[in-house]
Amino acid sequence: MTDKKTIYLDNSATTQVHPEIKDTILPYLEDLYGNPSSIHAKGQEVKKTIDNARKQVADLIGAKETEIIFTGSGTEANNLALKGIASKNKNKGNHIITTRIEHKSILNSARWLETEGFKVTYLNVDENGTVDINQLKEEIRPETILVSVMFANNEMGTIQPIKEIGEFLKGKGIYFHTDAVQAAGKIKINLKELNIDLLTLSGHKIHGPKGIGALYIRKGTEIDPMIHGGGQEKNIRSGTENVPGIVGLGKAAEIANKNLESNIEHLTNLGKKLEKGIFKEIPDLILNGHPDNRIPGNVNISFKYVEGESIMLMLDCEGICVSTGSACTSKSLKPSYVLDAMGKEIVFMHGSIRFSIGTFNTEEEIDTVIKTLPTIIKKLRALSPIYNKD
Amino acid sequence: MYSEKVMENFKHPKNQGEIKDADGIGEVGNPVCGDIMKITIKVKDDKIEDIKFKTFGCAAAIATSSMITELAKGKTLEEAKNITRKDVSDSLDGLPPIKEHCSNLASEGLNKAIDDYKMKKKE
Repeated sequence: MTDKKTIYLDNSATTQVHPEIKDTILPYLEDLYGNPSSIHAKGQEVKKTIDNARKQVADLIGAKETEIIFTGSGTEANNLALKGIASKNKNKGNHIITTRIEHKSILNSARWLETEGFKVTYLNVDENGTVDINQLKEEIRPETILVSVMFANNEMGTIQPIKEIGEFLKGKGIYFHTDAVQAAGKIKINLKELNIDLLTLSGHKIHGPKGIGALYIRKGTEIDPMIHGGGQEKNIRSGTENVPGIVGLGKAAEIANKNLESNIEHLTNLGKKLEKGIFKEIPDLILNGHPDNRIPGNVNISFKYVEGESIMLMLDCEGICVSTGSACTSKSLKPSYVLDAMGKEIVFMHGSIRFSIGTFNTEEEIDTVIKTLPTIIKKLRALSPIYNKD
Repeated sequence: MYSEKVMENFKHPKNQGEIKDADGIGEVGNPVCGDIMKITIKVKDDKIEDIKFKTFGCAAAIATSSMITELAKGKTLEEAKNITRKDVSDSLDGLPPIKEHCSNLASEGLNKAIDDYKMKKKE
């Protein structure tokens, strides 16, 4: 059910499906039900659409369509990248480098690989959340087979030095993977100018459907499948294709590509407006993440003396959807490991709120948030035993 | 995720604030999830005449704080000491399992305030 009054500022969690995409998918839930592996006409008419979607996705990142593998999610693509490369290249070495601030699908894949005998180095980040490239250079060993660094962080939006890392790894015989789930559609990604071997995308973060992801695998990359079966997706990801999902991701990529510049401008403007407005109205807060080098539309702020879940729920009562890095909303009851890696004080970690703006947000919505938030923070600070200013 | 009663007590907490010349003060914190609670009481004829709280924490922490002040107000010190975490949780129509520890914090805070009062009285 959609409530007209809802202001959705949690677009890094998921996005609203673009209306054009819904219309594009619909025939594949109706007449176009063929199995693309079938040789007959019913199958072949669908096969063409899949090839087209592959081209649409490839165009978004400057790749060739033969280099795109569809998966069931961004998480699956990340699992495939890490485990598939590790499995296929274990004779060359057993060392993998990643960062402390990756998405859980990378971190938990890496931890699992450790139980299988691989050695993993987790790189530190500075106070802005930027990965330490000098540490990366020092940690490279003869046994290093893979480096995986996210394009941009999902919590505080910091963009990583992907171009520099790619340049450094060139010619070293080490695969370079980047999780671009949060970056796609918000940052120009051109693989012709970046030395990247594998790149992860997700449909539902770019106004496409859920349950569909993609892994770009550069031609010549040695990788093992993680799902075995009928040999679909060049034998790297078996299973009958999720045709509506693939068509939806293709269309989402096409729209994202077509509107990239205007979308970046829109998200940047609204993000700056929100950030400025909040900082003008409310004292005692800090912006988490890099001040400039961040995904447009990501505003992550820690409100001192108050707790994030309380802020989030108060906003929710006003119809505003955001997310928090607070311990109280995590299953582990530990605060955000991303903010922890950045060395944030505990009192700031507990009060972090992420506003992630999307294509469909408006200036009026941002104005409403700027108007609503100060009352909420004031109310919660009045309740807080560690706030002694009034 | 939360019951209506939790949300009601979170949105409109009762007895919030701090008694300036309190007879007993109980401050407790849970380093695991970062909740901090301060309970102040005014005692007359062995009864809790007034009680206020201040809490830094999630909705469950605020709601349980509010509820325990409601449950304790007007009770004898003995009765108030016997308020269990379950009493707090039940009065709020239950808490999500992961938030049960918040109800513990509330009863711990009240107990500390009562102990503080008794100690000051002895001096």
